[in-house]
Amino acid sequence: MNQEAILSEEFEISGGDFVNGGRASCLIKNILKEIGIDAEILRRVAIAAYEAEMNVVMYARRGIMKLVLTPKRIIIKVEDEGPGIHDIELAMQPGYSTATPEMREMGFGAGMGLPNIKKNSDKFNIESTVGKGTNLEIIINLNNKNV
Amino acid sequence: MRETKLSEIISSLNLKMICGEENIGCVVSGGYVSDLLSDVMANAKKGNIWVTLQTHPNIVAVAVLKEISGVIIPGGRKPEPETIKKAEQEKIPIMTTELSGFEIVGRLYGILNK
Ligand SMILES: Nc1ncnc2c1ncn2[C@@H]1O[C@H](COP(=O)(O)OP(=O)(O)O)[C@@H](O)[C@H]1O
Ligand SMILES: [Mg+2]
Repeated sequence: MNQEAILSEEFEISGGDFVNGGRASCLIKNILKEIGIDAEILRRVAIAAYEAEMNVVMYARRGIMKLVLTPKRIIIKVEDEGPGIHDIELAMQPGYSTATPEMREMGFGAGMGLPNIKKNSDKFNIESTVGKGTNLEIIINLNNKNV
Repeated sequence: MRETKLSEIISSLNLKMICGEENIGCVVSGGYVSDLLSDVMANAKKGNIWVTLQTHPNIVAVAVLKEISGVIIPGGRKPEPETIKKAEQEKIPIMTTELSGFEIVGRLYGILNK
């Protein structure tokens, strides 16, 4: 898929599974930590991956989280099958959330997920088709220490 | 600032140890208080002790990702069985207390900012 990829992994995410939600993000962070990626980069990966993963758990049926590491960047793709997002601009607004009262009681639904993914990425793409699903691409550049 | 171990906090605040005892020797570097998971993800720091009323298993994923030194659940609340199971697997210390969040955080602040 990507010729310069040093590493490429895929993890499944199940919609509605709050017990295992976050597992893919933990695995990705661990892989990157073990190869010695810098702590500040790991912090950004953890935030972006967790928020993207929990959005699949909360709003979609199922999804896949893909990690691709190249010499210069970390690429995380999250592709889900779900309702999609009607208005991406609105969904990106801090504080906007369609989380249910039950989810809010669990501490989700702050409406900060997508804004925080964007804030912690060097490049962020979101595409969505209503009735089909949502695709995110999160790119975090490695700093000189890692190259 | 003096280094404080989780074990010292547990004994001086008389916290009830629920799980993750193997890591009570870890150093606690400050704390964070929040029940909003996105807020914890964005703002808690590595090594923080985390005070939260949330008791569901997803708090373990947050604690692992943020490298939280321990989780305190105040107000006499108890973690769900599935939360304890996950925390045991991930070696995340979880403690409970009958004290309110306000009281526990006040005492923690006193210990960690000496
Ligand atoms: N993968 C997704 N599928 C469908 N809707 C989504 C997805 N991700 C986000 N959304 C929509 O965008 C809103 C904002 O998401 P986010 O910023 O993560 O905040 P929160 O998850 O706290 O609601 C969500 O409430 C939801 O309506
Ligand atoms: Mg979200």
